[in-house]
Amino acid sequence: MRMIKTLSLFFTALFSTALLYAQDEEKVDMADTMRSNGRIYVVVAVVVVILIGLILYLVRLDRKISRMEREKESK
Amino acid sequence: MDVPRLPALSETIRNLYFHVCMWFCMMILFTVSVVYAVRYLRTNKLADDIYSRQYATVGIVFGVLGYATGAIWMSYTWADPNNSSFQSFNAVAREPKLIGAAIALLIYFAYMVLRDSISDMDKRARITAVYNIFAYALLFPTIWIIPRLLPSLHPGGENGNPALDTNDIDSRMRLVFYPAVIGWTLLGVWITTLKIRLNLIKEKTLLQ
Repeated sequence: MRMIKTLSLFFTALFSTALLYAQDEEKVDMADTMRSNGRIYVVVAVVVVILIGLILYLVRLDRKISRMEREKESK
Repeated sequence: MDVPRLPALSETIRNLYFHVCMWFCMMILFTVSVVYAVRYLRTNKLADDIYSRQYATVGIVFGVLGYATGAIWMSYTWADPNNSSFQSFNAVAREPKLIGAAIALLIYFAYMVLRDSISDMDKRARITAVYNIFAYALLFPTIWIIPRLLPSLHPGGENGNPALDTNDIDSRMRLVFYPAVIGWTLLGVWITTLKIRLNLIKEKTLLQ
């Protein structure tokens, strides 16, 4: 008896989650992460792009300077 | 920081502190660049030419960053959420602001191409200083005048200023926005001075 009870509980729990999933699928809202939380991740993406851009540019500058230093040493 | 709650933008309005500042920084750096170009034409000192060139280069970097961040912002505000932004591209690409900014950046790319195509130092400095003035003059119609005459999805079309309009920008945002403009510009100036110092040393070793 107890076994049946737990099993039925288990299955109801299982199906209720399945139902929840089905409800989620009905909502059509694309690009979900970017549009969540008031689209704050768009701002994050923008900041990341700027940081990557500036850092790559500075790394290139750094390489140029170290190349010049090496040339100066070899002279 | 609290921001105004706007229907189409929601939290993406915070991009004002980044995307718009990139363009402000670009404009300021290009302005400094043209000032040094004029100074070169008056004094004929090669150092002024180096200043002018490096300010223009870093200005282009900020312009490209402004364009890239604008592309990201656009794909989550202008583009249709149920289609991919690629499918909305047809409508978005007709924006006068995008086309104007692209033309302005291409003119400055041409400045770099022109520079590297002339091997004689003095000739290069003189020709590119004149071209720099021409490029700066073309900034006015391409990014300030024409976009303001045409209807656009971008703020500041037809009826005035995109970010400086007192009716358009919330005073709470201005509290962050103006220091952000100054901060990004100072960052740009710092990178430029590093490049200038590097090139001045390079110049010295070349002349020796």
